[in-house]
Amino acid sequence: MPEGKELYMLMLRRMMLIRKFDETVKDLVQSAELVGMAHCYIGEEAVAVGACTALRDEDYITGNHRSHGHPISKGGDVRRAMAELLGKATGYCKGKGGSMHLADFDIGILGESGIVGSALPVAVGAAMGSKMQNNDRVVISFFGDGASNQGACHEAMNLASIWKLPVIFLCENNQYAVTTSFKDTVSTENVSDRATAYNMPGVLVDGQDVMAMHEATVHAIQRARAGKGPTLLEAKTYRYEDHSEGLNRILREPYRTEEEVEFWRQRDPIDIHSKWLLENDVASQEEIDKVQHDVYEAIGDALQFARESPYPDEADLFTDMFADPIPLR
Amino acid sequence: MGEITYSDALNHALKEEMRRDEKVFLMGESIRGGIYGVTGGLSQEFDKRVIDTPLSENGFMGAAVGAAAVGMRPIVQSLASFAWVAMDQLVSQAAKMRFMFGGQVNLPIVYRWGLLYGNNIAAHHADRPYPMFMNMPGLKIAIPSTPADAKGLLKTAIRDNDPVMFFEDNNLAGSRGEVSEDPEICIPFGKAEVKREGADVTVVTIAGMLRPALAVADELESDGISVEVIDPRTIVPLDTKTILDSVEKTGRLVVVDPAHRSCSVASEISSIVSQEGFWSLQAPIQRVTSLDCHFPFSPALEHLVYPNEDKIADAINLTLE
Ligand SMILES: Cc1ncc(C[n+]2csc(CCOP(=O)(O)OP(=O)(O)O)c2C)c(N)n1
Ligand SMILES: [Mg+2]
Repeated sequence: MPEGKELYMLMLRRMMLIRKFDETVKDLVQSAELVGMAHCYIGEEAVAVGACTALRDEDYITGNHRSHGHPISKGGDVRRAMAELLGKATGYCKGKGGSMHLADFDIGILGESGIVGSALPVAVGAAMGSKMQNNDRVVISFFGDGASNQGACHEAMNLASIWKLPVIFLCENNQYAVTTSFKDTVSTENVSDRATAYNMPGVLVDGQDVMAMHEATVHAIQRARAGKGPTLLEAKTYRYEDHSEGLNRILREPYRTEEEVEFWRQRDPIDIHSKWLLENDVASQEEIDKVQHDVYEAIGDALQFARESPYPDEADLFTDMFADPIPLR
Repeated sequence: MGEITYSDALNHALKEEMRRDEKVFLMGESIRGGIYGVTGGLSQEFDKRVIDTPLSENGFMGAAVGAAAVGMRPIVQSLASFAWVAMDQLVSQAAKMRFMFGGQVNLPIVYRWGLLYGNNIAAHHADRPYPMFMNMPGLKIAIPSTPADAKGLLKTAIRDNDPVMFFEDNNLAGSRGEVSEDPEICIPFGKAEVKREGADVTVVTIAGMLRPALAVADELESDGISVEVIDPRTIVPLDTKTILDSVEKTGRLVVVDPAHRSCSVASEISSIVSQEGFWSLQAPIQRVTSLDCHFPFSPALEHLVYPNEDKIADAINLTLE
């Protein structure tokens, strides 16, 4: 696992990758090259990057509909991710999943769930599997403030706690579920306050600070690997974009103020980390610019790869249904 | 060979497969104690591999998906009527995951569902929801009707690399039959069994409906009516060939299914035969199913809802008119 400067630069690179990936997604939605729904992670990059850079390759993550940031944070391939978004055969899921369902089981990305809150029990099961196979692997389950109100979330946390499973519940509290403020839907002041009810630590973290996210996750992972059970981390964060791209064409009522958005833009995770790198003499502006440049190239390359890739065939409709196939029609 | 009960046959399948493969484990509510009469005693041999869960069906049905995704082979036990509570995990995760992620993951899970009906337990407990799952791609569905089928199909389900919905008819729990002790005997999915040969009418039965159908067939034999009885044993995959071949011979079809009538297995089989076996038919297909109302508690009403021997006999006679 990378440490020191290598780690800090990796954090920068992955945050920038997500930013550029999702800015590209915005454009693709606008030009109607990307069909269906796409939920951007812009503004929230430090959450998944801080957390996933604390994981080993063989550790697991599960996620949700806001699905691009998690796999990229864990080292997923932006080419296959972009190809998936364009519905191509070379995509992570051969074009069968699309934007909300990226997965890379080879590097522990157990898939993103479009049903809000639905991946939490799956994460608990993966942690059961780790514990039963005694392989020291931990699981991070990313979910939103909206998802925190699902029954599945409650059941998953209780299960993980009674069985002391190596799972970290990471609530990305971007403060809204579509247009509904979490203040109107969560009965406690913070989602992490609920941890008390599950007899696990509940930790509030600044989700715009990648270093803080990383450190909090490292602690939770230590606890998980030591067999002490789950932790509920709550990252306070913000999405700059609307819930999904193009939603502003439908919405009739403002649900947040310009000032609020601007306030959070001033707390941009990439700016904060870049500043930290400079102030602590970890990296020069040239080095930071170089990362930015490389990222632009990588995303440009990913887009080209996705565009040039073939679509799946009609015959693929019935493949991948079963591991032990049966006749289908 | 020896005669054992349906429940013991299931118990033997679990025991043999847990001995064979240490990745296999059991989860459910009060299963260490053996509340459903099948798993009792297994915890003594397999200890931590028999897990009593909290009452969180959605949670632990989903946990089975996660555990399977990372290499375990979970078997989850519950009652069929509690499936509703866990629908999201069963459908959104277990059934859809493999396809949606482009075949990246195998999910070898067996969901064992007790079918309780006909014992005055009212609508919340008396459910037979397998047709709904038949309408959901991604799940294989087995419904054994004899102890031998129970054991052989459960072993296949456990060795299968996909999610299997395994429905166990509780009305058969104490029924006895010959069951092989050979731990390698598995019954393949998608192979119907002709339980009784006949020439005049084909009767296809689901789960506990086999026994009344066989009784009716015996009775009609004395009237000179020869009834062929077929149990598909798995409804996904469904062995349509055995059914169509039989109908080609008899020209008549009755399907007996304890599920509600609309969109039942009986409906699906009827539609397949009317489409693909139409020119063999000499009479309209008959469905004998539970009525499209819920199960009332009252002993005065409940039995009216189910298929029974009289209804089966009437249906057979209708096809012969
Ligand atoms: C079970 C379910 N209910 C509703 C939706 C529609 N939906 C998709 S995302 C979303 C909001 C989720 O909010 P949150 O969990 O806070 O995640 P965020 O989008 O803010 O990242 C809703 C309501 C859904 N996909 N699944
Ligand atoms: Mg939210």
